[in-house]
Amino acid sequence: MDHYLKIENVGMTFETRKGPFVALRDIDLAIRQGEFVTLIGHSGCGKSTLLNLITGLNIPTAGYLFLSGRQIAGPGPDRGVVFQNHSLLPWLTCFENVYLAVERVFGGNETKARLIERTRHALELVHLTDAADKRPQEISGGMKQRVGIARALAMEPKVLLMDEPFGALDALTRARLQDELMRIVDETHSTVVMVTHDVDEAVLLADRVVMMTNGPAATIGEILEVDLPRPRDRLQLANDPTYMRLRKAVLEFLYQKQLKAAA
Amino acid sequence: MPAAANTLSVLEPPPMPAAPGAAVVPHPVVVAHPAAPALAAAATRAAAEDVHTQRADSRRRRELMARVLAPLFGMALFVAIWAAIAQQGSIPGPLKTWQAAVQVFSDPFYTNGPNDQGIGWKIGGSLSRVGIGFGIAALIGIPLGFLIGRFMFLRNMAEPVISLLRPVSPLAWLPIGLLVFKGAHPAAIWTIFISSIWPMIINTAVGVQRVPQDYLNVARVLSLSEWKVFTKILFPAVLPYMLTGVRLSMGVAWLVIVAAEMLTGGVGLGFWVWDEWNNLKVENILIAIIVIGVIGLALEQMLLLLAKRWQYD
Repeated sequence: MDHYLKIENVGMTFETRKGPFVALRDIDLAIRQGEFVTLIGHSGCGKSTLLNLITGLNIPTAGYLFLSGRQIAGPGPDRGVVFQNHSLLPWLTCFENVYLAVERVFGGNETKARLIERTRHALELVHLTDAADKRPQEISGGMKQRVGIARALAMEPKVLLMDEPFGALDALTRARLQDELMRIVDETHSTVVMVTHDVDEAVLLADRVVMMTNGPAATIGEILEVDLPRPRDRLQLANDPTYMRLRKAVLEFLYQKQLKAAA
Repeated sequence: MPAAANTLSVLEPPPMPAAPGAAVVPHPVVVAHPAAPALAAAATRAAAEDVHTQRADSRRRRELMARVLAPLFGMALFVAIWAAIAQQGSIPGPLKTWQAAVQVFSDPFYTNGPNDQGIGWKIGGSLSRVGIGFGIAALIGIPLGFLIGRFMFLRNMAEPVISLLRPVSPLAWLPIGLLVFKGAHPAAIWTIFISSIWPMIINTAVGVQRVPQDYLNVARVLSLSEWKVFTKILFPAVLPYMLTGVRLSMGVAWLVIVAAEMLTGGVGLGFWVWDEWNNLKVENILIAIIVIGVIGLALEQMLLLLAKRWQYD
């Protein structure tokens, strides 16, 4: 399964009132099972558009996407999505929000007790057992995002798609959630594609950092292999020469090569 | 500015009395102070607290004024103007109306034949007509609103018809009702129905169109069934809009019932107004106006309370 998630020659053109807008072109990317890939680029570079194509919310105007051999033709529960703004339903408790997803995926052939157990386990995984019966507006932003992760993971998706999941959180909460995410991914061997605009996050979490050129007509600029051993510790990495070199490479891409192009 | 510095530092709170066994860390600034400034400081602090309590007091007074006294004052002014106008002789004053009201409400549920019944029956008659007409309007209007909001084709179909019929004065529908239903009572209900259905259709449809895209994306990503989308996402998201529509509709229904009953007769507040006009018992007309107002207010408050229950943010 070397090409678990395969993106072949994908382009995306939106029809707007001012005529066609080319958001993405010539995207080629193959992601291995169990790999953690981060997409980074300046805002407006189409990284979220690319994620939406994998999600199936948008269908590419050119090229194809395959997930474990099957073409992606629309959204489906085999891809767990963590949205930027958590997108929890405010009239459901945290438990019910996760249960809705669990029921959809496993409701057909499992007992209710088993579904409840799955939901509890997912909330346990993100350390939210105590908040299960609270509604989203009663918990903090970091907790909401954790419920979002629990909801996505509880579906046992083939790939976990995250669209700047920690972008709206304060730095300390973000760091804690990043650590938790690394632990969870280690435990579940999930395949993850995460969009981010945070250089440290991109390098810390990823096996590969995919750097995108500026839009319009954005494409993949460079791909950086992050060969740091896991589990990773942010404090130790702070002075690690490999980490610093990788971080510098991303920064150079974003602020030398791409900023000039943007200006 | 040593003086200013002193004033600032002494305004700091004194160290708390230490719990037994706890290490006492003296507050360096306070300890460093000679006696005299410390005394002055205590005085300053007392004065400051005084200012605070004074401010709090005056704020409470202002709130009391705004919440309780102002409405009372408004009502008093209203009654005074009423009394002044009554002096001219054409309408009864507050006192005469009050005495009549005491009489009317002393026996609210008497029955003296079909056209002479107590105020309780009249209120009940009007409320039941509104209840039936408005209830049918809700049963049809709300599902229709969902359909119109969800399907663009239906929306485009319904829009010209709704825009055409909505501005029609409610009473224009009455003859149609009389003709079709061959009775005054169902005609009044029909009029309530047709005039109160629009806000519910329109608000529900708007609510459906305004369901946040994020929630719909969740539905798409999970590929929920249409039924799940409706029960778990669409309905709860639309509920606040729907309840606003229900509230507006109820307001319209209550406005229309009085006019409709004036024309159709029967036991009800509207016909009572007309009947007492024919009897020239104007104080009873005034009582009816006040009763209609109070019931309208109560219905509105009830629905507002209900809407609050379903507010999520």
